[in-house]
Amino acid sequence: MRDPLNSFIEAIPPSGIRKYFDMVAEMDDPDVLSLGVGEPDFDTPWHVRGVGINTLTEGKTFYTSNSGLMELRREISKYTRDKIGVEYDPATQVLITVGGSEAIDGCIRTMLDPGDEMIIPEPCFVSYKPCAILAGAVPVTIDLKAENEFRLTPDELEAAITPKTKLVLLTYPNNPTGAIMEKEDLEKIAKVIIDHDLFVLSDEIYSALSYTEKPFVSIASLPGMAERTIIVNGFSKAFAMTGWRLGYALGPSRVIKQMMKVHQFAIMCSPTISQYAAIEALRNGEDDVQYMKNEYNMRRKYLLKRFAEMGIPCFNAMGAFYLFPCIKKFGMSSDQFAERLLNEQKLAVVPGNAFGRSGEGFLRISYAYSLKSLEKSMDRLEKFISTL
Amino acid sequence: MRDRILTVLEKNARISTEDLAGVLGEDVTKVSEEVERMENEKIICGYHTIINWDKGGAEKADAFIEVKVTPQKGWGFDQMAERIYQFPEVSSIFLISGSCDFIVFIEGKSMREIAMFVSDKLSPIEGVLSTTTQFILKKYKQDGFLVEGPERDKRTEIS
Repeated sequence: MRDPLNSFIEAIPPSGIRKYFDMVAEMDDPDVLSLGVGEPDFDTPWHVRGVGINTLTEGKTFYTSNSGLMELRREISKYTRDKIGVEYDPATQVLITVGGSEAIDGCIRTMLDPGDEMIIPEPCFVSYKPCAILAGAVPVTIDLKAENEFRLTPDELEAAITPKTKLVLLTYPNNPTGAIMEKEDLEKIAKVIIDHDLFVLSDEIYSALSYTEKPFVSIASLPGMAERTIIVNGFSKAFAMTGWRLGYALGPSRVIKQMMKVHQFAIMCSPTISQYAAIEALRNGEDDVQYMKNEYNMRRKYLLKRFAEMGIPCFNAMGAFYLFPCIKKFGMSSDQFAERLLNEQKLAVVPGNAFGRSGEGFLRISYAYSLKSLEKSMDRLEKFISTL
Repeated sequence: MRDRILTVLEKNARISTEDLAGVLGEDVTKVSEEVERMENEKIICGYHTIINWDKGGAEKADAFIEVKVTPQKGWGFDQMAERIYQFPEVSSIFLISGSCDFIVFIEGKSMREIAMFVSDKLSPIEGVLSTTTQFILKKYKQDGFLVEGPERDKRTEIS
């Protein structure tokens, strides 16, 4: 029989997180505590769910336009203007997608020709590299450094650029490190981008969860950058709407118009019920976001305090809901540490190297868990390191 | 800082002062002093445990009692409230709007004990016009906590 498989797909390794979660599932032990999940522990706010329910009762169960409901695109445009100060035309510069993930895939497929290079700073979420490979493009990774708090520096970027470079990924606030980039950091990156005539895919899915005094800054808001940037955002993290599968892409109309084709032929349109609920989230959900953000921030501070007491180095990560403590001093790899922690203390965390080789020596700790769970988990971690 | 302390304590009164300070990113001594001041000012009036006695073994019964009263001259409802809340059986009492004046929350060993309390102690108080006793049959949620059913994580670990 002929090989039924596409060689590109076959060559993509399975996700490093998957392997780890399988291990946890195999243990099948109700006593296992996990700090592994990367989604909010809050339910979607009730008023948003209510609109979802009404949408069903009213029988609004048909396709929407391919780009998404105009009303939703208008709300997204308004929300974006309020948050980052950039104006996007709802008719031509906003595309509603099935989660941020679809927007990432669509953007990469739309912008890269086979052989084009995409710069991917790691550690980062696991989907960018496979998406680049699926598009026939070449992912070029940068190993971000703990001493820079996992921010991308202009020197690191310069060093990775070749004549084939076209697209640069920025993903801040970051999963898995919790790192953020501030305006001054982004200005330096923007200069390199413009000098080399590159484009940016800015995944801002965690933008609502930035714990600095200063508001979140998008690279698209810097002079000359809006026309070079595709923003990916969505409802999953900010509004605790992961299962609704709704995200969006914002960018120059020339790019969005072509992305629409990928979306149209692969997806048709995003879930109608979710789109109506998302309108409600944007109109009346700000208080919910602030409440959840405040809760996350308290947990973040609690974990930082516990790490400090245990003598585990961890930089003061100001975004998303992850901390990225360094476990190098215990003389084990991330995999070994995580595996022993799971077996000996029944605490599941994701090894940092699942997010790129520069994550080796670190752990991803999600604080999308109640304070009570975090307290118990940290007690277990403390017990574990006391045995080393 | 007060608001932030209260928000945490409201949900978790057992948190240690060290952890409370950690969560808020504040100094332990300052937080401890502030809590003490709020206790003295009766902003924090007490700490209590929400118990599901049905599971805890001991026989308990509780009831809401609507009480209509004649307000006392010069005192309004306050003196009437005092006459009622002096009984240790009364765990809460609120002056409310609507068809009655007070809602009184009573805890007792049995429905009979509560009924006896109402007939022997509450109703005879001078100024009490009528009472309506409503026994609690099942508790679902109390003071922000679900009484029935374990809190479970509904999420799936995916990548």
